[in-house]
Amino acid sequence: MLASVGQFLLILSLVTSAALMLLPMVGYFKNNQALMQTGRPLSYLLFVLVLTTFLILVSLFMLQDFSVTYVWQNSSLALPLRYRITATWGAHEGSVLMWVAVQALWIAAVSRYSRSLTLSQISRVLSVLGIIATGFLAFVLFASNPFEITNPAPLDGRDLNPLLQDFGMIIHPPLLYFGYVGLSVAFALAVAALIGGQIDEKWIRWSRRWTNLAWAFLTVGIILGSWWAYYELGWGGWWFWDPVENASFLPWLAGTALIHVQAVSERKNAFRGWTVMLAIIAFSLCVLGTFLVRSGSITSVHSFAADPFRGLFILVLLAIYTGGALTLYALRVNQLRSRDAINLESRETLMLANSVIFITATFTILLGTLFPMIFDYFNMKISVGEPYFGLMFFLLMIPMAVLLPLGAQLKWHRDQMHTAIKALLPHFLVASVLTIACYVGFGGLNLRATAGVFGGFWIASATLWQLKQTPGQLNAGLVGMTTAHMGVAVFLFAMSMTEHKDIEKDVLLKPGQTTQVAGYDFLFNGVQRVAIENYQAQQGTIVVSKNGEEIVTLHPQKRFYPKQQMPMTEADIRAGVLKDIYVSLGEQINDQGAWSVRIYLKPFIRWMWFGGLMMMAGAVIALFSRRSRRMERQQADQVMQDRLGLT
Amino acid sequence: MTPTRKKRLIMVLLVALGVSLATAIFLTAFKDNIMFFKSPTEVAAQDFPVNRNFRLGGMVKDGSMQRIPDSLKVQFIVTDFAADVTVEYEGILPDLFREGQGVVTIGQMSEDDLFIAEEVLAKHDENYMPPEVADALEAAKPQSKEYE
Repeated sequence: MLASVGQFLLILSLVTSAALMLLPMVGYFKNNQALMQTGRPLSYLLFVLVLTTFLILVSLFMLQDFSVTYVWQNSSLALPLRYRITATWGAHEGSVLMWVAVQALWIAAVSRYSRSLTLSQISRVLSVLGIIATGFLAFVLFASNPFEITNPAPLDGRDLNPLLQDFGMIIHPPLLYFGYVGLSVAFALAVAALIGGQIDEKWIRWSRRWTNLAWAFLTVGIILGSWWAYYELGWGGWWFWDPVENASFLPWLAGTALIHVQAVSERKNAFRGWTVMLAIIAFSLCVLGTFLVRSGSITSVHSFAADPFRGLFILVLLAIYTGGALTLYALRVNQLRSRDAINLESRETLMLANSVIFITATFTILLGTLFPMIFDYFNMKISVGEPYFGLMFFLLMIPMAVLLPLGAQLKWHRDQMHTAIKALLPHFLVASVLTIACYVGFGGLNLRATAGVFGGFWIASATLWQLKQTPGQLNAGLVGMTTAHMGVAVFLFAMSMTEHKDIEKDVLLKPGQTTQVAGYDFLFNGVQRVAIENYQAQQGTIVVSKNGEEIVTLHPQKRFYPKQQMPMTEADIRAGVLKDIYVSLGEQINDQGAWSVRIYLKPFIRWMWFGGLMMMAGAVIALFSRRSRRMERQQADQVMQDRLGLT
Repeated sequence: MTPTRKKRLIMVLLVALGVSLATAIFLTAFKDNIMFFKSPTEVAAQDFPVNRNFRLGGMVKDGSMQRIPDSLKVQFIVTDFAADVTVEYEGILPDLFREGQGVVTIGQMSEDDLFIAEEVLAKHDENYMPPEVADALEAAKPQSKEYE
């Protein structure tokens, strides 16, 4: 019954979004005010409809309505309530519906907070957002309907994949989607500007804050994913260069290029075409990512089931969105030509360099991700893994780290390169000294770690000094930038340490046996059986001590979920400021109770995620820049005056 | 040349240099770091990279799993039902590693025809078969002993 209501609302949502796609746009071309004014109410209506649809799906899970195919496939009577709720987005159908719900929220937010855009502008933006929503709603309805009915209903469900029965699942996908989908706003703005044939500072200033917000969500979503993989998958890794991880990382890289170029193009009439192009690229990569995740074309730990039809559907959407946007771009690029000249020795040049570096990184990672598919076509089976991605990324991050302080040092418009370099020389020395200290202190570092640690110190030293040098009152824009750049420094340092100074050891332990790893003693006190909620577990007890002093007792588990007949490793971790102690159980080796045990020491891994959080915080702080808010207010007043005919 | 033109020329040259450098690095990194997938049949026919890691995939043969006492060393046979390869691995096997299930291993062939695996991967879903393994099994079908 409730499922039919959901189905009906889904159809209604599709109709509404189709109206949102058509009416304001027709209004724009016919110069019909009444039609253009339908944009805002329609987007609120769309939001209410899609949100209700989504909540109905959540209710179906809470009520355990097994007549709904999607519910019995991903839930069961034994599943605790909190995971029944999150099971809503635990598999394909629900997660695409959540995608649309999040997008509808962004659309409603855009309608609400766009006073500084004229009616003709906002109607185009909303209409383009409507095109995207319509495509994905059609995808939900025709290729992945979560409200399909099974008759007769099974008595019990198949249960949620145990890996997804975890706190990380509650927050990681929604936040990631907020970022992913948020980039559609920048895209819509770019396309709307192309349709109108002109783009000015106001547009970019307006778009910049939305891009910042989306980028912040994307950043925190990726960090949460990394943290989750680290503790949940039981291998202790934090990034696997898996195609699905790359799918979220690619828009992030393009988005990073975009927010930096926007900083230039909102100030002067330059890089306009490039800004528009980056916005198109960033969102296209989001759709491509959705394709990679959902089509199962690529081998990945995330691809649970493949469906070629779904893949094809998203590919068609991608072709329409990207192809359409690029065609428009080709037609209109002449009208976007930037008029202001760029001085070679200025911050603008360095911002351009930033975007070139990040876009190059985007494409090398994109190629690595897609190559297995291309080779597969020629019947060669290859895989591209960490060695390739790690090397490429390392090489591309060298110029990024070297140039970052220089970019922040140079002034806008015109400056002198050699003065800036001279000013930064002391920091080069500071970083060198600190790197050598680290090298000695940590007993040697390899080449990549040394470079990473140096990069971290170099950026940190210069960035802090630049903040101190700033005359007058600090503004949010500067504080945001400094925070984000310090985040980069912290990340570089911590990532280098975690990657290259970690210790991993697989050992065989009998009950009562002790093993020593890097000065720590690990005493194995055997394994007991425990039964918790919907699973049974064999729980190990491992006492960690150093110099006879007990530090912590860890209880890693080997869980067994009877419903899915699936075992799962649950690591136990002692999170520390300097290092994590990570223990997970392998398997029972003999009947005397000996187990294989994995012991990891991961230095500074928390700092790495903290660095990411700082980048996110920087982007959020920059939203409160007084300069951009003042300008926005002025724009809003201007729009209002125009409307009242005062000018 | 006017100063603007000169500036533009420098810009273009810099970009061209950057692009060619990036391409060169990309090609080198790519050539050295891709990994080939081979089925047991291909390995039996000596069609595999020597002294270099590759991926070997197939089914873990029923009853082939052996543990070397008092160590984490295991041996098992990976088969596509047409040819067998014995794999040796030291370490912790993934949760879903089981006899009669699909598996992908990464490592090199040793001189005594043993595949020394550095990594063993089994997928995180009961019903999921790695696509390469599915294809390898499909390709081996005509010669498979089961179909004779």
